[in-house]
Amino acid sequence: MRTLEQELEQLPFTQGLRPEHRALIAGCAKNRAFREGSYVFRTGDPADTFYLLRTGRVALEVYGPTRGALTVQTLGPGDILGWSWLFEPYVTSFDARVVSDTRTVAFDGACLRRKAEEDHELGYQLMRGMAQVFTDRLEATRMQLLDVYGDHAQR
Amino acid sequence: MPSADGQACALVPRAATVGRVWQETHDTWSLELEDTDAPQAQPGQFNMLYAFGVGEVPISFSGDLSDPTRPLHTIRAVGAVTRALCALTPGSSLGVRGPFGVGWPLDAARGGDVVVLAGGIGLAPLRPLLYAALASRGDFGRVVLLYGSRTPADLLYPAELDAWRAASELEVFVTVDAASPEWRGDVGVVTNLVAKAGLDPTRTTAFSCGPEIMMTFCARRLQTLGVPDTKVHVSLERNMKCALGWCGRCQLGSELVCRDGPVLPFAQAAPLMATREL
Ligand SMILES: Cc1cc2nc3c(=O)[nH]c(=O)nc-3n(C[C@H](O)[C@H](O)[C@H](O)COP(=O)(O)OP(=O)(O)OC[C@H]3O[C@@H](n4cnc5c(N)ncnc54)[C@H](O)[C@@H]3O)c2cc1C
Ligand code: FES
Repeated sequence: MRTLEQELEQLPFTQGLRPEHRALIAGCAKNRAFREGSYVFRTGDPADTFYLLRTGRVALEVYGPTRGALTVQTLGPGDILGWSWLFEPYVTSFDARVVSDTRTVAFDGACLRRKAEEDHELGYQLMRGMAQVFTDRLEATRMQLLDVYGDHAQR
Repeated sequence: MPSADGQACALVPRAATVGRVWQETHDTWSLELEDTDAPQAQPGQFNMLYAFGVGEVPISFSGDLSDPTRPLHTIRAVGAVTRALCALTPGSSLGVRGPFGVGWPLDAARGGDVVVLAGGIGLAPLRPLLYAALASRGDFGRVVLLYGSRTPADLLYPAELDAWRAASELEVFVTVDAASPEWRGDVGVVTNLVAKAGLDPTRTTAFSCGPEIMMTFCARRLQTLGVPDTKVHVSLERNMKCALGWCGRCQLGSELVCRDGPVLPFAQAAPLMATREL
């Protein structure tokens, strides 16, 4: 059986890390599985964990009183779920509903923050990885805001 | 310069009849025409459709082109002419000129992978290309469709997407911008699908149609992956009048979209997209 550390080697987010850093963050991680229909977290929950999806699919939903639940993004294998663990007040701002059975690597946010404080090189690498995720999501959100399939964007 | 007779002929529409009409989405209809004198068309080309008394607009071919006398057009009702066309019923007459323009250079992909990126109604002009690729399937490696729309209800040809998915000859990736929880597919922007499809940039020839901003984002994403702009082909939309390269209505820089396009390599189209219409 492969160790968590070996598994982390395969994931895009942790691939660039030095082996000793991978070992450090593996110390903050454990495997977690979620059943279809359950929630990884709900809006307003304490954001103490973030997840690397290994299999399955998770929908990020916002809830509007008149519109009901609306899926704004789905995440699949290789994607990162949740970054509210990085910044105060450490509270999640979406519902994360499991669309199909999902296996994840779950990272303890407080543990990671502590290790990043102790080892700034690790902290830098972690932030770099997260910044790439933020950049991709920001571009995607901009495209959604631009309504690229809409009438006004036609030309 | 064509003769006066030739000019007159090319500008006069031939009479065609609507054979069948069906609604595709809340604002989009497909019309199958009976157009007995129609010349053979190529994927990516378009007809000028004339709703009598209202006006004439360019509309791409969206169906199987093997029988040129029964062309199919998928039309989104956005204004006076397209609304009039979508309101036609079986047996009604309309005027047709065409086919016009330069279509998709499918031959450029032979021996490699065909990657089709469609946004919204942009799947319509790409469907004949997919049919052509499937008709000579052995000539290509992977045939991949990446299709994005606003919501699940805006997806064109959903039954056909399912059928393509079920068969193994075409890989179908679909995403929408937003959806209710019943939707089990992807939600996110169409460029996400580029990564998801695991494309090999050295084998990819891409064909993209949709709003220009979407095509630009897709081309940039492909470029990041290593697909050169010369191997990404896009279809441009500009207002047209003659569709014959005579009037200059569709001019963009040095190109006349009706004659030199609508399909152009992104390398050539990118600077033109920033050009305002005359
Ligand atoms: C080569 C080519 C191929 C085309 N193929 C197709 C096709 O297969 N199916 C199809 O439905 N359309 C297609 N179009 C677009 C179609 O020609 C236009 O939608 C049409 O000319 C609009 O005319 P109208 O009189 O109905 O609307 P107009 O009165 O000209 O416009 C009404 C409103 O709609 C907006 N509008 C105009 N064009 C578009 C557009 N393309 N999309 C969204 N909003 C628009 C205008 O800004 C305006 O606000 C194609 C265009 C070109 C150049
Ligand atoms: S529409 Fe007249 S030149 Fe293109």
